[in-house]
Amino acid sequence: MEQFLGWTENPILLVLLSLGQILLVTVVLLLAIAFLLYFDRKVLAGTMLRKGPNVVGPFGLFQSFADFGKFVLKEMIIPAGANKTVFMIAPILATTLSLICWAVVPIAPGWVVSDLNVGVLYLLAMSSLGVYGVIMAGWASNSKYPFLGGLRSAAQMVSYEVSIGFVLVTVILLSGSMNLTTIVESQTGGFWNWYAFKLPTIIVMFPMMVIFFISALAETNRPPFDLPEAESELVAGYQVEYSGTPFLLIYLGEQIAITLMCAMTSVLFLGGWHSPVGDLGLFNENTLAGLLGTGTFESLIGAFWFALKVTFVFFMFAFVRALVPRYRYDQLMRLGWKIFLPTSLVAVLLISGFVVYTNAAAA
Amino acid sequence: MADGQAHNPDDRSFTFNFGPQHPAAHGVLRMVVEMDGEIVERVDPHIGLLHRGTEKLIEYKTYLQALPYFDRLDYVAPMNQEHAYCLAIEKLLGLEVPRRASLIRVLYSEIGRISNHILNITTQAMDVGALTPITWGFEEREKLCVFYERACGSRMHAAYFRPGGVHQDLPPELLDDILKFCDEFLPVCDDMEGLLTDNRIFKQRNCDVGVVSVQDALDWGFSGVMVRGSGMAWDLRRAQPYECYNELDFKIPVGKHGDCYDRYVCRMEEMRESVKIIRQCIELMEPGPVLAKSSKIAPPRRGEMKRSMEALIHHFKLYTEGFKVPAGETYTAVEAPKGEFGVYLVSDGTNRPYRLKIRAPGFPHLHAMDYLSKGHQLADVSAILGSLDIVFGEIDR
Repeated sequence: MEQFLGWTENPILLVLLSLGQILLVTVVLLLAIAFLLYFDRKVLAGTMLRKGPNVVGPFGLFQSFADFGKFVLKEMIIPAGANKTVFMIAPILATTLSLICWAVVPIAPGWVVSDLNVGVLYLLAMSSLGVYGVIMAGWASNSKYPFLGGLRSAAQMVSYEVSIGFVLVTVILLSGSMNLTTIVESQTGGFWNWYAFKLPTIIVMFPMMVIFFISALAETNRPPFDLPEAESELVAGYQVEYSGTPFLLIYLGEQIAITLMCAMTSVLFLGGWHSPVGDLGLFNENTLAGLLGTGTFESLIGAFWFALKVTFVFFMFAFVRALVPRYRYDQLMRLGWKIFLPTSLVAVLLISGFVVYTNAAAA
Repeated sequence: MADGQAHNPDDRSFTFNFGPQHPAAHGVLRMVVEMDGEIVERVDPHIGLLHRGTEKLIEYKTYLQALPYFDRLDYVAPMNQEHAYCLAIEKLLGLEVPRRASLIRVLYSEIGRISNHILNITTQAMDVGALTPITWGFEEREKLCVFYERACGSRMHAAYFRPGGVHQDLPPELLDDILKFCDEFLPVCDDMEGLLTDNRIFKQRNCDVGVVSVQDALDWGFSGVMVRGSGMAWDLRRAQPYECYNELDFKIPVGKHGDCYDRYVCRMEEMRESVKIIRQCIELMEPGPVLAKSSKIAPPRRGEMKRSMEALIHHFKLYTEGFKVPAGETYTAVEAPKGEFGVYLVSDGTNRPYRLKIRAPGFPHLHAMDYLSKGHQLADVSAILGSLDIVFGEIDR
């Protein structure tokens, strides 16, 4: 959004403008999540031969808003033995940390709140901090199931963070930048230039995308890695003692993190805002581009493609939940440390070798 | 402490309640679980939360009035329990069951078996985190409940099997519909298997978990799938055929390793075998009476009661005083879906049982919970519990 900041030098106006952008991104994101949640439930229901939410609003579209109202109006119960302060900070932390990650996600050309040159690093840092929300919630509840859930999630999220980190390194090596906008820009011109499909690195990078996706499932505690909240073992894990708005915040934080992971997958591997088949010759005087100006039109189209990709990855998230059972704790650790970590390490080696070789060939 | 270290009084193991209100406790089971990290050291099942004193209550009811209690034992497959009770009474009375009634009983026992196994397989899947099979399975289970309802008017607590036969004949089109169900059910089985049988995660969660050797099974008094999963072909339908099972052609699926996965596969196969038995029953079905006619056990027909004073008196006596059973005792067991369901009936020659002991298959299975879970992880506890096929109606009685 740097392009809109050019017209004024007044610091107060700039701050207000920044705040406005943040507000806009947050509101749009939350609205999108409301419908993604609905979508999630519909996918699950469809797989289960159920109808899913279909009462509130047309086709049940407003279900998420009804849920929101319900949570806000319900009493929040703080257990007598709980550490009140930490108990209340945990959900706030969970939501805030997953929300601020979105600051660096490029939605369309120029549409990014903060165009950090170490965007990937920032994301890694912030999503790692996300585990604190869960641990604090689990510990502060002073209850047995949440405690176990908190412990599990600590181990789990840290383990998969490692392989996510190495997968990110491969993308950074290929694009030569830690700036997410640059990473997207380096994938321009059709799906054959996306890192997931680009030749010849597809041999390594497509499996890397799969690893990233699976690690993202684990990172966000989605099935089959939902051990911290495993229903058949820990009832609801670290969320057991939460109700009302704090529960809503935990839940929301989780959903924002999931959507973030979907966005990350599309930014890193699926070309972000780029159309899969080039620009289709839409950018000329005769189309909407002539009316809105090429820049704005490009951003709109970009945002559309980005949203579509995020929704697609989210669909995969939802579908996985319907189809697979849950891993056991030791199996989860084995998968993370013994399979994903070595694989992604080898991938980093291969990709860096490739980059050095091609750079040498070019020079 | 698994490696034999001396117990250090300073490190306390983590003790918590699994249940009685727990999504994976299969009813009102409360287990006190002691853990060392994620490893389970001790599982202590506390039962009795659903105790209703069935056995004692039965001593104060006439033979016919006691029958509905059997629906409420294992309420997942009610008619199979009634079956054991009716067989016990018939044994003491020396009563012959008409051919059609016998076939209907077998037919509905197998419907009960499918209905039980659908519930168990899908909840076992849910215990390891697979959410979808249960909704697929229950779509079919619903149809079975409707078959129950069409035969006797009740979806669950049937009270359909009576001493001497079954209460009433089946409505005309029911058999065709059951046959149609048989065709539609097998593809659904395939679908459910598609989600589970070859699923890597499902296998990882169930293979080598809760292993029962043949010797264990014998020592702990297991029966049903808990024995067959370990590779022993023990099935009362074959071992001591009752009703018309000896005329029917069916296989007894056995496992190899005795783990949760083998038990799952056994149940899956048993459902297919049950479909085969149902088909044969329908094929063999011939018109005829469904209750032993000559005896004083069966109520007179409604038309007769309008014409004959004797019949009216008989009807009144049957439903108030009930019938008398000659003195004696018997242990009669059937192969219920969960294992050997037995009724030990002592009669003193009056119209009420002197003593009735129910042998519920789930009880010894739950009994072994500590033995099976020790050294496993917490997640395995729910997987094992799921594969034991526990229903509290029969365990707590």
